[in-house]
Amino acid sequence: MSEPRPLIAVVVFPGSNDDRDAQQALERLGADAVRVWHDEPALPAGTAAVVLPGGFSYGDYLRCGAIARFSPVMRAVTEFAEDGGLVLGICNGFQILTEAGLLPGALRPNASLAFVCRDVALRVERADTPFTSRCHADQELTIAVKHGEGCWFADADLLAELEADGRLLLRYAEAENPNGAVGDVAGVLNAAGNVFGLMPHPEHAVDPLLGSTDGALILGSLVDAARLSIAVAV
Amino acid sequence: MRATVVVRPKDGILDPQGQAVESSLRHLGFAVDSARVGRVVELDLDTEDAGDARAQLERMCEQLLANPLIESYEIALQADA
Repeated sequence: MSEPRPLIAVVVFPGSNDDRDAQQALERLGADAVRVWHDEPALPAGTAAVVLPGGFSYGDYLRCGAIARFSPVMRAVTEFAEDGGLVLGICNGFQILTEAGLLPGALRPNASLAFVCRDVALRVERADTPFTSRCHADQELTIAVKHGEGCWFADADLLAELEADGRLLLRYAEAENPNGAVGDVAGVLNAAGNVFGLMPHPEHAVDPLLGSTDGALILGSLVDAARLSIAVAV
Repeated sequence: MRATVVVRPKDGILDPQGQAVESSLRHLGFAVDSARVGRVVELDLDTEDAGDARAQLERMCEQLLANPLIESYEIALQADA
């Protein structure tokens, strides 16, 4: 008997450009991934997880992600997240989730002011989450980043609170911080543990031809959790 | 009623654009201690009531024009000429 393929919605905003890579990666890892246009008022029936992909939604006007959060589908994504649904934001998707208030902090222009595009070494803080279950704590991953505004910021109080709660799920390894993010933070989890955003691109690290398969650990964890959520629902 | 909203990075927030401008001005020979780069939004509002305009602008800033976590804003109103 083959395992059920959970339905994962990949939202496409005007200016998204990693939606097809995300879709292909999720399909390879055992999901039915469908791309959903931002103008849709609802998510497809049976959606088990949502991915907000990378890109430059609305041309990054005003601030990255600031306009995309008003897309019609974001109301449905917010309700889905508030009901405990799994949501993953990659790069621009992470920026949108912070602007929408679904994740803490904000993403600022890189300290270098330069667009950074290279592999970075990352450290996984915890493995007991829907996004890292295929990893182990303190595991080092190599995944590419490619962004101009990935400098995650939180003030000292918020940073301490997130650290104490174990929500700084992914950090750049020592001397690897590509953008000046405080606390070397590369990815943050929400309080309920069902929404995660990260600057690196796991969908670009799912095949040896791409130089790394470590991204499959994160996306594969999401597929596992999405499959579990439909099993529970049935 | 016309309004000008100035949005700028909060004190203590890293402003690499401001640093780049500051360093370029120094290269040109200007004695500059610091520079911060923000954004100006000019708006025409469909009201002549300053209190109403200011209340609307505050909401615009909180909801869209600024990210209160990292940016501060200033509102200036001018009556239509």
